[in-house]
Amino acid sequence: MSEILRVEGLSKTFTLSKKQQKIERTSDRRKVAVGNLSFTANSGEIFGLLGPNGAGKTTTLRMLSTLIKPDSGDAILDGCSVVSDPEGVRSKIGFLTSELKLEDFFTPNYLFDFFSRLHQVPEEVSEERKRNMFARFGIDKFAEVKVKNLSTGMKQKLSLVISLVHNPEIIIFDEPTNGLDVLTARTVTDYLHELRGEGKTIILSTHIFSLVERLCDRVGIIIDGHLTHCGTLDEIRDGLTLEDRFFEIYKEQKGEEL
Amino acid sequence: MKSNTWTIIKKEFARFFGDRQIVFTAVIMPGLLIYIIYSLMGTGIQSMMSKGAQEVVTMRVENMPTSLAPMLSALDSNIALVEQPFSDEDIAMLDDKELNIVMLRFPERFDSILVSPADTTAIPNIEIYYNSTNNASNRVYTIVSTMLNNYGRPFTVNVPQQEGQRFDQASDESIGAMIWSKILPMLIIMMLFSGVMAIAPSAIAGEKERGTIATLLVTPMRRNELALGKIVSLSGIALLSGVSSFIGIALSLPKMIQQPGTGSEAGIHPDTAGDIFAFHYTTSDYLVLLLVIFASVLIMASAISLLSALAKDVKNAGTMVTPFMLVVMLAGLIPMLQDGVSENIVTYFIPFYNSIEVMAAVFSHDMQWTPVAVTLASDLAYAGIAVWGLTRMFNSEKVMFGK
Repeated sequence: MSEILRVEGLSKTFTLSKKQQKIERTSDRRKVAVGNLSFTANSGEIFGLLGPNGAGKTTTLRMLSTLIKPDSGDAILDGCSVVSDPEGVRSKIGFLTSELKLEDFFTPNYLFDFFSRLHQVPEEVSEERKRNMFARFGIDKFAEVKVKNLSTGMKQKLSLVISLVHNPEIIIFDEPTNGLDVLTARTVTDYLHELRGEGKTIILSTHIFSLVERLCDRVGIIIDGHLTHCGTLDEIRDGLTLEDRFFEIYKEQKGEEL
Repeated sequence: MKSNTWTIIKKEFARFFGDRQIVFTAVIMPGLLIYIIYSLMGTGIQSMMSKGAQEVVTMRVENMPTSLAPMLSALDSNIALVEQPFSDEDIAMLDDKELNIVMLRFPERFDSILVSPADTTAIPNIEIYYNSTNNASNRVYTIVSTMLNNYGRPFTVNVPQQEGQRFDQASDESIGAMIWSKILPMLIIMMLFSGVMAIAPSAIAGEKERGTIATLLVTPMRRNELALGKIVSLSGIALLSGVSSFIGIALSLPKMIQQPGTGSEAGIHPDTAGDIFAFHYTTSDYLVLLLVIFASVLIMASAISLLSALAKDVKNAGTMVTPFMLVVMLAGLIPMLQDGVSENIVTYFIPFYNSIEVMAAVFSHDMQWTPVAVTLASDLAYAGIAVWGLTRMFNSEKVMFGK
């Protein structure tokens, strides 16, 4: 397996407003969201970023998808730098998070075509892919129904499909099963397996241990913006369950009980 | 019960005063704008009056009566009195609105009629010929007619003695042009603005609010393509809305002015109102108007897009755009307050003001190509700057994702 993603010294600091300082209970105006993060991922593997809420997982994935810029460091995705070639990166990745929404005025059919055009997918390729993907996720029956009239589960499946219109080599999922009903969650995890089988690289963030154990080949544990451990699932577990090992690491890092 | 009411009142005040934008829009801006509008109107009217007062007007008088000569000579230092008979051809010259001339005709033996009114069967009538579209001529007409009407003797002023006799020599077309040039620029600008307002905040601030902008931002599309696409599409849609409003105005305004009584209140005979308010414009006038309307819409869409991109949501965008809307409406009032259109080419670099001035020039048949070219070129340049600015905003995580 060849290296397809290299993250080197990625850092991001946010300036807190007074309101945010109150919420965070800090007098410090600056908050390090991600500090000097480095890891690699190989093609055909699922890499999971595991950490509690506010650890910096989403910020890391947003930097990888070029939605936000790193203060320092860089990430190279399939030869494209997030710093110097963000458009190149965006053409190589599919990014999905619950924060990304679809215009509910349009139909799945229209949206698939619209995003295909933005990704410069040739029409005949797009048509075939649309047919396959819509059939795979049961969207074909609702292809001409406006998104606002679709069920929540169907909307989530459509978001997944739309993020993959261009058949990207690298797929970045922020909390892939967050907020999904059990059936849709199962559909998504099954599909992630399928994608790995096709040689795609998947980078996902989660705080759900079972999801990591079921899906990931390699794991990075992120606490307070820093990657504390990175390795295969077995290396990380070190003979314990992932959950027990995570709490052990958390206690070591924070010096406090959960 | 009482304390709950007080709690609600305190909460509402805390909500209101906690939002500086709303405080500015609801409390500070109305007073500020009234001050600015009234000051501007005062300055405009004063400048219009003083501009007219500074111009010398030749007043040709036929049959100058000895009794009124001293009074007429002392009326105004800028009235050059010339005792000289005049013909119908001379009167027809007044059609040229560039000529500062007023012609005053007294009946023969006016003095003796005044002394012995019984000597004549008809009430003597004084005729004053002028051009209402020439500010100086109109001003002198007002001064002289007021003086004569207040003289307190039995004579009339400007009562037609035969069918179709007109004293105001301004043509129907030029009166209509003057009225159109005062009213239409503001109406068009307001209609265009409401068209842009209806769609622009939703297209950008709405996308931020709904979370759909991020979905676009993760595609390989360049940010400047997104910015240009937004501004051009918003301009196009708003233009349709503006054209619809414009057609509505053009069709309804003459009908509205022709309502019984309305024309005469405006000093226009109802029978001729249709001629006055008929559109007398050439193809090139319409072309320029269309180009300027498009340039205005482009600038409006650009400005509202920038403000909407800064806003957190559609409601916030509405609050941010309100002061801007009032400034644009204020600019629309300018033709009503000034005499003619600006001759200073530098002023045609000011967005909105330039469009309003060009529209006023088109409607008053004073259009010149240089101001039109400057207006279109500068508006296009500003739209280009706006695309650049919007691109920067789409690139800014603080603007796009800041809480």
